[in-house]
Amino acid sequence: MSDLFELYQELILDHNKSPRNRRKLDCPCKSAEGYNPLCGDRVTVFVKVKDGIVEEVTFEGTGCAISTASASLMTQCLKGVKVEEAKQLFEKFHSLVMGDAEKSDEGPELGKLAVFSGVCRFPARVKCATLAWHTVNEALDEEGDKVVSSE
Amino acid sequence: MSIVNVNRPDSATQEPPFPVARIREDFPALQQKVHGKPLVYLDNAATSQKPASVIDAVTRYYTTDNANIHRGVHALSVRATEAYERARLLVRDFLGAAEAKEIVFVRGATEAINLVAHTFGRSTIGEGDEIVITTMEHHSNIVPWQLLCQQTGAVLRVVPINDSGEVLMDEYAKLLGPKTKLVAVTHVSNSLGTINPVREMIESAHQCGAKVLIDGAQAVPHMKVDVRDLDCDFYAFSGHKVFAPTGIGALYGKAELLEAMPPYEGGGEMIRSVTFESTTYNDIPHKFEAGTPNIAGVVGLGAAVEYLESVGLDRIAAYEYELLTYATEALQAAGGVRLVGTAAHKAAVLSFVLDAVHAHDVGTILDREGIAIRTGHHCTQPVMERFGVPATTRASLAFYNTKEEIDVLVASLCRVVEVFG
Repeated sequence: MSDLFELYQELILDHNKSPRNRRKLDCPCKSAEGYNPLCGDRVTVFVKVKDGIVEEVTFEGTGCAISTASASLMTQCLKGVKVEEAKQLFEKFHSLVMGDAEKSDEGPELGKLAVFSGVCRFPARVKCATLAWHTVNEALDEEGDKVVSSE
Repeated sequence: MSIVNVNRPDSATQEPPFPVARIREDFPALQQKVHGKPLVYLDNAATSQKPASVIDAVTRYYTTDNANIHRGVHALSVRATEAYERARLLVRDFLGAAEAKEIVFVRGATEAINLVAHTFGRSTIGEGDEIVITTMEHHSNIVPWQLLCQQTGAVLRVVPINDSGEVLMDEYAKLLGPKTKLVAVTHVSNSLGTINPVREMIESAHQCGAKVLIDGAQAVPHMKVDVRDLDCDFYAFSGHKVFAPTGIGALYGKAELLEAMPPYEGGGEMIRSVTFESTTYNDIPHKFEAGTPNIAGVVGLGAAVEYLESVGLDRIAAYEYELLTYATEALQAAGGVRLVGTAAHKAAVLSFVLDAVHAHDVGTILDREGIAIRTGHHCTQPVMERFGVPATTRASLAFYNTKEEIDVLVASLCRVVEVFG
C-alpha cells in the first residue's frame, strides 16, 4: 500500500474532495477542452491573460482524483505567473510525473505540485495528471476554442 | 431462450461440485503474483487467460508443423492444412453449424462484423433501408454500420434499453418494418452482462424479411450456443475471449448467404483462377480468407474449443451463475456500490460505480491488491451515457474464478473507501 499513499497524498485527496476554482470564467478569456478517451475524463480550462501575465485560471469537468486534483492545484499555481513561466512549469510538471528527474531540476519551482511525484510509479495514471496541463497549454496558445486529447 | 441450462443449475440432480481448483492448474498465468499478491484476474470480458493445452498447441504447431496451407504437397504443408481444417470442424461443432464451409476464419469479432458490412451490406443494403442495433452494442457493432450508412444512404435505428439494461422489446417491434434489412445485436452485453433474448429478436426480424447478425464475443465463453437453434444469419466471435490466442476469430454465415456475397479482400487463396481479364473466386469459406491466414491462431482456437468442450459449457454456465449470484449479493452488501446492469438474465459481468470514487482510482487501488479489473467506458460510450456515468468499474468472471476471489475484491473495495475516507 505504501506507493498508493505516495500517489494519493493528503493534498491530492483534499483537492479531489474540494476542487478549487472549479467554475466557468466570464469572458473575455481563452478556453480549451481536454479529453482523455482512455477513461472518458473531460475538462474545460478557462484562462484570462493580461499583459503576458496569467491573471486567472479556472476549470470545469469531472474526472478521477488525480485529474481533478491536478486541475485544481494547477489553477492555483498558474495564477499571477507569466505565460512563458506557465509553459516552463508545464514542462517541469510533465517531467516530474514522467519520472524524468534530470529535467526536473531546472526552471521555476514546482512548489505544491511536487505532491504529484508518486504518479511516475503508476504509468497508467500519467495522462490523468497531465490532462488539465495539456489543456491549459492549448488554451494559452490558441486564439479560439480547441479540443485537445491527452492520448 | 436459445440456451439450455444457461443460468439455473438443476437442483434436483446432485452434480459433483465444479472442480475449479483443478481447472485453475490448467492456466499458467493464474499462478503468478502481482505486486506481491496472488493474481485475481477479473477482466475476462476484455480478454481471457489461456490454458496450457492452447499454448502447447501453438508451440507444437510452430515446432513441428509450420508450413503454408492448402497448396504444398510436402508433409509439413499437409499436416498444417489438416490441423487448420480440423479446427474448422471443431468450431462448426462448437457453434452447432450444419457445415464447415459456413465457418470463416477472421481476426476477431470486429473483422467478422466489418466483413458482413462490406460484403453483405454493400451488396444488399441501399438508400432508405434500415439497420437496427441496440443501445448496448459495443463500438465494433455500431461503427461498421454507421460507415455503411454513410456509404449507402441507409439509416441506423437504435432500440432503447430500460434501467436494468434490458432491450425494450416493444420498442424493438415498433422499429422493425419493411425497410429493415439487417438487425445487428449483441448476444451478451460486455458492459452490462445482459443476455439478450436473441432467439425472439431473430424470429421477429425474419418475419419482416430482415437478416440478423449476432455479436457473440461475450456469449461463447459462457454458454452453449447453437446457431441453427437460434436461426441467426451471421454469428461473430473472437478467439481471445474464449481462451484462444489473440488475432483469431470466426464468422458463421448461412451457406446460401455466404455464397451470394461478394468477396471481402482480394488475394491468394480466395481465387480459383486469375487472368488479367477476369478472376473466378474460390468456394466458401475460402472466398473470404485471402492471403496466408493466422494458421497458428486457428490451431490455438481449435485447442481452446476442445478444452471448453472437455469442461462442458453447461457446467461452466451453471458454475458462473453461482459465482454471479454470490458476487452480486456480496457487492450489494458492501454498501456504497451501485450496480450498473441488473437484467434478469445476466452473464457473470458486474459493472458498478462507487459513491464519490472515480472508477479509475478504484482500478489503481485494486491493481495494488493484485486484482485485475477494467475501468472506463468499455467501448460502449452510449451505455455510459444512458446510465449517466462517465465510466464504471467492471469485474467480469470466467469459470476459473472462485468465491474466495470475490471476497478479495469486496475486501479491497472497502480499502478503496478507506483511502478516500
